[in-house]
Amino acid sequence: MIDHLLTIVTFLPLAGAVVLLLWRGAPDNSARSAAMLTTVVTFIVSLSVLGKFERADAAFQMVERATWVKSIGLQYLVGVDGVSLWMVLLTTFLFPLSVLASWTVEKNVRLYMASMLVLETAVIGSFVALDLLLFFVFFEALLVPMYLIIGGWGGERRIYAAIKFFLYTMAGSAFLLVGILFLFSRSAGPVGHGTFDIQQLMSVAGSLPASTARWLFLAFFVAFAVKVPLFPLHTWLPEAHTEAPTAGSVLLAGVLLKVGAYGLIRFNLLLFPEASKYFAPAVSILAVIGIIYGAVVALIQTDIKRLVAYSSVSHLGFVVLGIFAFTNQGVTGGILQMVNHGLSTGALFLLVGMVYERTHTRDLGRMGGLAVVMPWLTGAFLFAVFSSVGLPGLNNFVGEFLVILGSFAVNRWFGALAAVAVVLAAIYLLWSYQRMAYGPIHEEHSGLPDVNLREVLVLAPVLSLLLVFGVFPKLLTDRIDPTAKAVVAHVSPDHLTDVGAGAVIQANGAAP
Amino acid sequence: MSASGSLWLIPALPLLGAAINLLIGKRLGRSAGILATALVVASFVVSVAVVGSLLALGAEERIHTQHLFEWIRVGGFSVGADLRLDALSAVMILVVTGIGSLIHLYAIGYMHGDPRYGRFFAYLNLFVSFMLVLVLGENLLLLYVGWEGVGLCSYLLIGFWFEKTENANAAKKAFVTTRIGDTAMMIGLALLVLRFGTLDFSVIFGSAAGTLTKGAATTIALLLFAGAVGKSAQVPLHVWLPDAMAGPTPVSALIHAATMVTAGVYLVLRMHVIFEISGVALTVVAITGLVTMLFAGTCAFGQDDIKRVLAYSTVSQLGYMFMAAGMRAYSIALFMLVAHAFYKALMFLGAGSVMHGMHEETDMKRMGGLIRKMPVTGVTFIVGALALAGVFPLSGFFAKDEILEVASSTGRPWMYVLGTVGALVSALYMGRLVFLTFFGRARSEEAEHAHESSLVMTIPLIVLAVGAAVAGILDTSTDGLISRFVEPVVGSVPEGAAGIARSAVVTISLSLAVVGLFVTWVVYASGKIDWLALRVRMQPAQRVLEHGWYVDNYYSALLVTPGKAAAAWLAYVFDAKVVDGVVNGIGAAVRALARSGRRLQTGLVRTYALAFLAGAICLLVYVGFRL
Repeated sequence: MIDHLLTIVTFLPLAGAVVLLLWRGAPDNSARSAAMLTTVVTFIVSLSVLGKFERADAAFQMVERATWVKSIGLQYLVGVDGVSLWMVLLTTFLFPLSVLASWTVEKNVRLYMASMLVLETAVIGSFVALDLLLFFVFFEALLVPMYLIIGGWGGERRIYAAIKFFLYTMAGSAFLLVGILFLFSRSAGPVGHGTFDIQQLMSVAGSLPASTARWLFLAFFVAFAVKVPLFPLHTWLPEAHTEAPTAGSVLLAGVLLKVGAYGLIRFNLLLFPEASKYFAPAVSILAVIGIIYGAVVALIQTDIKRLVAYSSVSHLGFVVLGIFAFTNQGVTGGILQMVNHGLSTGALFLLVGMVYERTHTRDLGRMGGLAVVMPWLTGAFLFAVFSSVGLPGLNNFVGEFLVILGSFAVNRWFGALAAVAVVLAAIYLLWSYQRMAYGPIHEEHSGLPDVNLREVLVLAPVLSLLLVFGVFPKLLTDRIDPTAKAVVAHVSPDHLTDVGAGAVIQANGAAP
Repeated sequence: MSASGSLWLIPALPLLGAAINLLIGKRLGRSAGILATALVVASFVVSVAVVGSLLALGAEERIHTQHLFEWIRVGGFSVGADLRLDALSAVMILVVTGIGSLIHLYAIGYMHGDPRYGRFFAYLNLFVSFMLVLVLGENLLLLYVGWEGVGLCSYLLIGFWFEKTENANAAKKAFVTTRIGDTAMMIGLALLVLRFGTLDFSVIFGSAAGTLTKGAATTIALLLFAGAVGKSAQVPLHVWLPDAMAGPTPVSALIHAATMVTAGVYLVLRMHVIFEISGVALTVVAITGLVTMLFAGTCAFGQDDIKRVLAYSTVSQLGYMFMAAGMRAYSIALFMLVAHAFYKALMFLGAGSVMHGMHEETDMKRMGGLIRKMPVTGVTFIVGALALAGVFPLSGFFAKDEILEVASSTGRPWMYVLGTVGALVSALYMGRLVFLTFFGRARSEEAEHAHESSLVMTIPLIVLAVGAAVAGILDTSTDGLISRFVEPVVGSVPEGAAGIARSAVVTISLSLAVVGLFVTWVVYASGKIDWLALRVRMQPAQRVLEHGWYVDNYYSALLVTPGKAAAAWLAYVFDAKVVDGVVNGIGAAVRALARSGRRLQTGLVRTYALAFLAGAICLLVYVGFRL
């Protein structure tokens, strides 16, 4: 049993979904409770993955391998390293909160909860798969439940948003599929038989001519850049975020976008190191544009959900900038920001949902003064705002600083321009908070209630982590750092890739 | 517990108070304020004890450090949560906890009856805690934690009465304006890491001389100074401080006069090694201080709101401190910081007492003759004003006098001349404030019926007045007590070219102070001049000064409005029409292609046959040419 930990974590939610789908006529509350139970148990099991994880080991751990379709070399192959470990935990952490936050969903509860659970399996599967085709199956599978959640339980323009989300990401995936099949066709020679195993494919990809590797890099890159999303491939995101129900937005921002960034690290960097290096300046420029662009566009949004959505474009730019700096600090910072953004933006969307359930508007112009009637809810909001603004002591600061530091070592302008977004973030987030919470209160909002117990249970865990990971980021980075170091060494073996004092001393070959 | 082992208590005690009051402050009622005050006092007591143990050491060994835990470790880059107490931070923690205690005590009375009483003290405690982290941090990143943390508390407290939109605006303006400087500072930190591989003071100070070129030092120093300019409200980032007066008055006294705004001065002092390698950066510091000092002094003269006079006066006085630091007279900058903390906190609390007695009125035109109604407030306020104006033997006299003395010997005579002009300006705005508020006849119903405040408010006034009066003994010359105490950290005041004799400097600045006070007495209190008529005649000039030379309007016209337009264009035109337009265009094109594709599939075998034939011919032609 313990040998199949990752499989259990991956498929537990699916099992729950199957039960729900078969259980016709389940009362709404039973469906909710069943989903809650499933996600909580999944989270607890995932904690034992964390417990078993060897922090200093950069190799894949808890690997499970089984032949699936022998004729085409398709395997069931899963495992975790310092990147996917945290992605899995972020996912299993955010799902129970999202289910609890969805208690107010009244329409087709059973189907809604089943979709959530299928989504969880697909997301976790994407993070643990070490076989390209297996990854692709999960990667595509997660579109369907998300499409259903947005299209079935979303806002007014939900159909448009859902279709746009689906087609946009599908279009990206088409390139990915071509790239995967091409690699598979080339693997027959060197490996002896065709394979999708990424560790074996690394040597296959290494033997390709540089130009071929670059084309393949681009095919993979497009698929993941859409998902991240990287400027200018981001326009599906504001629509999808705005129209999705609360939990949909939380999971979209919290974990789905991370699949894109994760794909860049896992596949682009590992399979095509030379091409990654070759395209790094271009990718970094897109990331920097995205960082500033997302922030500037967020400045004048009046719909609070759109505003947070554009802030995601900006924050995910930080992630990509850090990763493509190929310095120890940059890559670790980028991965750290994947976790931090999931928590902070997840919290913001949860809070936006709670405010919406009370005021029935997302229009900041129609709010105001809410801090008077709901001091705790707005207080929690302000806490999440300052986390997102990058206040030192809260989670985002350390990651942002590491990214700026790591990219600074490569190009001063990248780091400096990225820092500008820190000012812009303060403007758009504080302004939106002010329009929501400060000033005179609207007549019709004067009797609104503050947080209830269920909402406290949703918010308390995530808000606590914003503080915990701000004060003790080593809880995360100690397990990220070895993997990041390995990634950097793989891509950029012949450069100074560490800006810390220890490294400087090593490079000079002198004792301190 | 050993002295260095108890350093963590100093910021932890107020932090505990903040946590308690944030969670259950509402239930504590009036004890919330008492609890908060007690914890700051406790922090003060611990501070006194550890500073005492520091004094027991030899001058060169006066450093306590405490390692709490490793905060960040990524690759070879590591940052510890480490505290450092040396002479410089010792002076700072005594000011922060000492003055902080008095202001907390005062606030028990001042905030009485406020519906968010507990929350107010939670924020105030949190501020003290962050301020202590700022000055006790052993590396720049921990300093930055405090730096941003006090900014957060400043935001929360300026907007404490957030129901009024203007208060909320002022809070946001303060945070955003200072964050511009903070971000430059963060880039400076990144540069430092690239050079030193660490942000630890001990490493940077030890190896700066051999590591940094002049150019690199200048870049880093100026980036750090940008942070100081924001936090300490120097030109051109001074615009947030006058608006910050929207916060409750104890906040103005603690954060926007005595402590947070002096953090920039502390930063320059702390990092003076790098500023000195640059040299140019020091000149920039001195000139920024000088310009700010004069500019804000004139603005202070044009204000009618008693708190705004004090706000501009603070900006101006901070300018003096930067001027001193820029002339490498670091210990004098620190001494002025201490003296200013006393007399400016005193005057802000005095202004709060006046507002309390007059139903929250802040317009000096509606005051007058208050010294008869509120004698304690009046007398203590006058002590503070005379100290600021530099009247012998009050604390401000020594501070200003030493700065001018150093200025006269820098070889830049214009700095001395303009510094002396500044002394006159200070006397003018201070005299105007005092005579308009406390002398002459009562000019409103409220002024007629003003009443003195309760003891919990007047006791801090008296203590601060004593401090403002006698703090001069801390540094009666450029080789005084504070100067000698901090010398191991910041060096001694440089002996420049022989300047003007000290006696001449003293005589000139003292006479100008007296002249300034006398002139304002004649105009505003002697009854011989109809100052209201004079004011009408001088209106254009008065307007310019009242609006702070319209700097806000320029920023709004040059930055805010075009910025908003650009953002709107990006969002509504570029993003919606161009970026998304291309996406939807591709979608539409695919649909159109599919439609025409559908038309191809007519189901008529004839058409297919025709197409087949055409294809075959093409193939044949192609193959034919290849052969």
